Amino acid sequence: MHAEAAIREPLILGHKTYHDVTEDIVRPIENKAPRGWYILMTIASLIAAYGTGCILYLISKGIGVWGLNKTVDWAWDITNFVWWVGIGHAGTLISAVLLLFRQRWRMAINRSAEAMTIFAVIMAATFPGIHMGRIWMAYWVLPLPNQFGSLWVNFNSPLLWDVFAISTYFSVSLVFWYIGLIPDFATIRDKVTKPTMKKIYGILSFGWTGNAKAWTRFEEVSLVLAGIATPLVFSVHSVVSMDFATSIIPGWHTTIFPPYFVSGAVFSGFAMVQTLLLVMRKVMHLEAYITKKHIEYMNIVIIVTGSIVGVAYITELFISWYSGVEYESYAFINRATGPYLWAYWSMMTCNVISPQLFWFKKLRTHLGFTFFMSIVVNIGMWFERFVIIVTSLHRDYMPSAWTMFHPTWVDVGVFLGTIGIFFTLYLLFARYFPVLALNEVKSILKTSGESYKQRAATHHHH
Amino acid sequence: MANKVIYAVYDDPEQLKDGARKLVSGGLKVKDVYSPFPVHGIDPIIGITRTRLGIVSFMFGITGAALAVLGIWYFNIFDWPMNIGGKPSFHYYQNVPSFIPVTFEFTVLCAAHGMALTYLIRNKTLPGMPARNPDPRTTDDKFIIEVRTADNHGRSTQEIEGLLQGTGMVEFNERAC
Repeated sequence: MHAEAAIREPLILGHKTYHDVTEDIVRPIENKAPRGWYILMTIASLIAAYGTGCILYLISKGIGVWGLNKTVDWAWDITNFVWWVGIGHAGTLISAVLLLFRQRWRMAINRSAEAMTIFAVIMAATFPGIHMGRIWMAYWVLPLPNQFGSLWVNFNSPLLWDVFAISTYFSVSLVFWYIGLIPDFATIRDKVTKPTMKKIYGILSFGWTGNAKAWTRFEEVSLVLAGIATPLVFSVHSVVSMDFATSIIPGWHTTIFPPYFVSGAVFSGFAMVQTLLLVMRKVMHLEAYITKKHIEYMNIVIIVTGSIVGVAYITELFISWYSGVEYESYAFINRATGPYLWAYWSMMTCNVISPQLFWFKKLRTHLGFTFFMSIVVNIGMWFERFVIIVTSLHRDYMPSAWTMFHPTWVDVGVFLGTIGIFFTLYLLFARYFPVLALNEVKSILKTSGESYKQRAATHHHH
Repeated sequence: MANKVIYAVYDDPEQLKDGARKLVSGGLKVKDVYSPFPVHGIDPIIGITRTRLGIVSFMFGITGAALAVLGIWYFNIFDWPMNIGGKPSFHYYQNVPSFIPVTFEFTVLCAAHGMALTYLIRNKTLPGMPARNPDPRTTDDKFIIEVRTADNHGRSTQEIEGLLQGTGMVEFNERAC
């Protein structure tokens, strides 16, 4: 068997057998949900219902009920879109990129991070959908023959690239996630005794057998999907950034956008993973699997990507001055000192300064502090998108058109609503789906499990 | 003698590999192995060849790329060239840089879904398929070697059991088939 260095910290704490792993994950699915789940579910679904109401109101009345105006024609909608897509990126980074790098700590968190990705991308896709105004014309974004002559979609446009990027990303992530879920659904199918549950998980598990050839194919599919999901995830946020970068708006028209957006996406996504997992490990008693070390690893990713984001902000500032372009310089001076300076400095504090605190080992291994920071980073990354979008637009080339953006209750309601829908979906996932990749965790149990490592170490000494 | 199917049950993947090795070096054919997670290194022992799903994915990928190039050429160059800010629109090669993102996405779309569908069909894992693992514990914590007497003429079950002695086998079950 592949042995692991003794100095590597164990990834599964205490003594667990394969059967314990199954029990720990399947028990919460078999049993009645704890009261906390019902409370959270009620709150989340009420917010989701309110948000859905706001969306329906928006569709029935038109985009005019948002606070957009002739100068600021993109604001919260696109801010929320970019924010949600960005959050989604962490799931793919964990399951695909860390698979290619053979990082075993991914195995305890990839399942829930991928679920987060899928729900976040659904929330993201809502915004361009409802921003179309006439959502029943949404199929116009596809190259379909039509009665206009045929007038095709414009393949030169980053907005169309987005259609292809987001839909490919969503469907590939969904398939990648489901293929990993099949063997675990089979575990639940063979474990539960209630006939309805057995039937449902039997259907979900697609008749999985777990024979040798099936596992060989499973590993090949996982590897190849990880290999193609990796450039895909980088392409998605690069394309999102090109929605801005290919236009000639000062503050948007910069070549640094793709890498800057991608690292920002990973940064905010990992923060959201922390928010979700810190609660989940506590409520579902997963402390043995999602250990302090996992939290620390994720915080390290947050420092690295947060620092890249910081360097990108400063580079942007420097280039705006160095370019000698008056409009470009003004856009940045206006961000830092204009009427939206509160947004700019919130972004700077949350995204550049605060993650640097994770250099202290005490802080990055402190669960309460990590939870607090995960919220701070998510607020900061929301402000980043708000700053990029609104401050670049609100003072354009023509001072007579300068104005401010004021969100209406519909703007706020739709945004809160997507948070509600996201948490509703996530809570349903946590209740009915195997929240750890059972088959992957079992495969590292005897190499990275605490008691097995200790046993191996004592064997070596004698 | 009626044909029988034999299930040797193990607790540990390494011990299962020892058992499989003993059987194969004893000249037996192992029908299959069932496990709750991939047992690395079992394939060469029981003679399972490498899957060609990677090639399938590649073929779907180049099909996707070709379709994307052809489609975009037809839509935006041949059928209706669009004049966007006076940018070149009459030749594919002049316009190609801005066609790359969609070509890439469509390539990935076809490669991933083509491969995933092939995987599900080849594994016969599809909605509504019945579970076909011989023992429900193989998705929990048991590892099972399946040997069929029909594949190993002239070998008695006692002989097979004898070969597996001392490999850490926890159960030895036989069924008529």
